[in-house]
Amino acid sequence: MTVPGAWFLTLAAILFVVGAVGLLVRRNVLVMFMCVELMLNAVNLTFVTFARMLDDIGGQVVVFFVLVVAAAEVVVGLGIIVAIFRRRAGATADDISLLRG
Amino acid sequence: MDWVVFVISAIAVLAGALGVVTSRNPVHAALSLVLTLFGIAVMFVEQQANFLAVVQVIVYAGAIVVLFLFVIMLLGVDQAEDLEVEPLVGQRPAAVGVGVAGLAALLLPIAFGKWQWLSGQASVAGPAHSGTEPNVNRLANALFTRYLLPFEATSVLLVIAVIGAVVLARRPLHTERQGLTAREEP
Repeated sequence: MTVPGAWFLTLAAILFVVGAVGLLVRRNVLVMFMCVELMLNAVNLTFVTFARMLDDIGGQVVVFFVLVVAAAEVVVGLGIIVAIFRRRAGATADDISLLRG
Repeated sequence: MDWVVFVISAIAVLAGALGVVTSRNPVHAALSLVLTLFGIAVMFVEQQANFLAVVQVIVYAGAIVVLFLFVIMLLGVDQAEDLEVEPLVGQRPAAVGVGVAGLAALLLPIAFGKWQWLSGQASVAGPAHSGTEPNVNRLANALFTRYLLPFEATSVLLVIAVIGAVVLARRPLHTERQGLTAREEP
């Protein structure tokens, strides 16, 4: 008896929302970044579930591309974070407000 | 049996996600992230996406989380954050409200059995599991024929990311000179 896809979709939705709320609530830049990873993983799980439900390998190919984009995003994002922390240690997202209107 | 695996991995995924959001120490958040990523990998295996499960463990748990931990250790930002202080009045209730609304919007099509509103129809990339061909072969066939152009584009993206990381990590020239003179002066 295999688990119906709707359960996986529900779990992915919950995981995505937990990541989104974490992104809104937390102020540590690194933890915010990890919450973005949570959201990406929720989307990956959704794609794999749809690939199974529709019997279509395209969903898994998209997950492959999401993995590549996530890796590139982490590299550039952590580079930016290192560059910021080199100037002001212990900065939170609230301290980086130079561009506010 | 499938249900046992699903429930255990679902608990691992959700516990890890809540750990990322609520832990005060960034190191603990990174370790909770590993728990979530392993749970997702188990779910990939359960849905016959074996290659992606392996890549998930190698790339995410092996590379990305290690990169996170490396940056945490490098910068020494592993001091605990005070979660009691709320930066904006009413920010957290508003965030939770937005989250509940988004969850409702995501769950409504699933609850009514209309998940195809979210996914659309099957594409022409080929079947995912009907037939006898192994998962890796199917993925490779789709990736190197129909999705060849996006695949090449990802290589360009990776080169751009590497160059961007090098440019960001490089010290600006004038501060380097200042550092030299400051060191020479005494």
